[in-house]
Amino acid sequence: MASDRNPQVAGLAPFAGFNAKIPFATGPEANGDRKILPDLEEAIRRTGLKDGMTVSFHHAFREGDKVINLVVETLARMGFKDLTLAPSSLLGINAAIIPNIQSGVIRKLFTSGLRGKLGEAISNGLMDEPVTFHSHGGRVALIEQGEIEIDVAFLGVSACDPFGNANGVSGRSWCGSLGYAMVDAMYADKVVMLTEEIVPFPNNPASIRQDQVDWIVQVEEVGDPAKISVGAARATTNPRELLIAKLCAEVMEHAGYFEDGFSMQTGTGGSSTATSRFLEHRMRAKGIKAGWALGGQTGGMVDLHEKGLIGTLVDTQSFDAVAARSLQANASHMEISTQFYASPLSKGATVDRLDMVILSALEIDLNFNVNVLTGSDGVVRGAIGGHADTAAGANLSIVVGPLLRTRIPTVVEQVTTRVTPGETVGVLVTEHGIAVNPNRPDVAERLKAAGLPVKPIGDLYQRAISLSGKPEPLEFLDNVVGHVRYRDGTIIDTVRQIAP
Amino acid sequence: MLLKQEALAGTLESSDLFIRITPSDDPLEIVIESEVLHQFGKQIRATVEEVLDHLGVTTGTLIIQDKGALDCTIRARVQAAVMRAAGETTLDWEALK
Repeated sequence: MASDRNPQVAGLAPFAGFNAKIPFATGPEANGDRKILPDLEEAIRRTGLKDGMTVSFHHAFREGDKVINLVVETLARMGFKDLTLAPSSLLGINAAIIPNIQSGVIRKLFTSGLRGKLGEAISNGLMDEPVTFHSHGGRVALIEQGEIEIDVAFLGVSACDPFGNANGVSGRSWCGSLGYAMVDAMYADKVVMLTEEIVPFPNNPASIRQDQVDWIVQVEEVGDPAKISVGAARATTNPRELLIAKLCAEVMEHAGYFEDGFSMQTGTGGSSTATSRFLEHRMRAKGIKAGWALGGQTGGMVDLHEKGLIGTLVDTQSFDAVAARSLQANASHMEISTQFYASPLSKGATVDRLDMVILSALEIDLNFNVNVLTGSDGVVRGAIGGHADTAAGANLSIVVGPLLRTRIPTVVEQVTTRVTPGETVGVLVTEHGIAVNPNRPDVAERLKAAGLPVKPIGDLYQRAISLSGKPEPLEFLDNVVGHVRYRDGTIIDTVRQIAP
Repeated sequence: MLLKQEALAGTLESSDLFIRITPSDDPLEIVIESEVLHQFGKQIRATVEEVLDHLGVTTGTLIIQDKGALDCTIRARVQAAVMRAAGETTLDWEALK
């Protein structure tokens, strides 16, 4: 009956036309370009950002990033105050934000790490509130638990379509995997995409999806991919680092996990990245292949993958141009979010399926605790990254590093800052020998049986200080400048202001 | 050993040190700049003073830019700088121990 076409049902709004009740016009009246705004200031205004809110960024362009500084500068110019900055990490290039911390634009900081002048300034008491340092998986947990509530995420990409579908392998400036950005796109209240190019719909694959993106702003540059592999993520030609890498490959071969279908991750740092070069002939000699490799992907891993020696590359961050190209070209190069990678609260974190991980260390102590955050002078000059996550998840974590860096011992009585607890560290490889955590007698036995130079970690410590002399303890003030959060959100250490 | 001329030794490479030694009539002055000053400043000074003492150097100015060198390197560079400043070409192995 005709009267049924205008039904009245308590609590339900009556039909009023196909375009009346939806947020964006659909059909012939729809504006497919409605997300595209003329400039960043306009986008910021449209998000409704207010003083005291939280903004976030990804750091996939590492030292080549051009988004974080640009956005912070714009927020300062627009007069914002007391903002919380929650990027996945900060690097040396981000020293440009120091004046905006001093002037109160930024009040609070969450990051995986700090380098360069920004790290120095914060270690000297730049901020009133301590910085929260988290691991990559730990960041996702802080977001999931609501401690980091992202109001606006500003995500730089080389190209997206007019609806915001984006990946790191189209346009001019490829960063490869958008693993960090995927988390922010998922959890942020508002997402502003900064893009170099707007390409025709649909941009495929959609690592960041149109249903996550609010606004799009075209900018000249979002990042310089040539600077991704500068600093921590570099490839080494240093003979000592190569020697350690070779010894590390021998540990991998004999520790008990080098079986067909095994899985591995190599972290950043010269020796760690170089280890992949020494695995090929060991895999061929034994007639085995790796099932998959996790990362932090590098050219070395891509090389093994393309030779058929690694089944799938599971990639949350591409450390060089080769890795980014592979993500675009190789069907079995899989892009994953940091949540999928390492969140301790996720229903499935990939680190939990990992056999072996190779990790760096600035310091490792007699209880195998590792510091990757503060330098020997107590200044913050590193990042937690996936260190604590992979060490916890892998069946065996292998820490590699030189016994001394110039005169500074890597093996110490007690680490300056505890980032990764010793109970999750299996083996230490230095150019002067190998130490195995007493909680892994099975591994120690296998390495000794293979004729590797296994010795107590105390012997490596003695060896170090016999060469360097015993360092005088660092002097710190009482002022706490950083909280080091373990991946589950608990506090595992603090960083204090260094004495002048 | 009597210093006759200004002399240099070492490099600014990592794990090395660069030394400039200048003769003067004033008592010995040692200036140390080091990347590891907080942890090893005292040990570096002690090593330098010990070497100068062995070589009988009591006057002059010694300026050191240290890049985290080990003690053996510091000894060798100080010895070389002093011998060059003294114009000494024959080695007194006892004093160089």
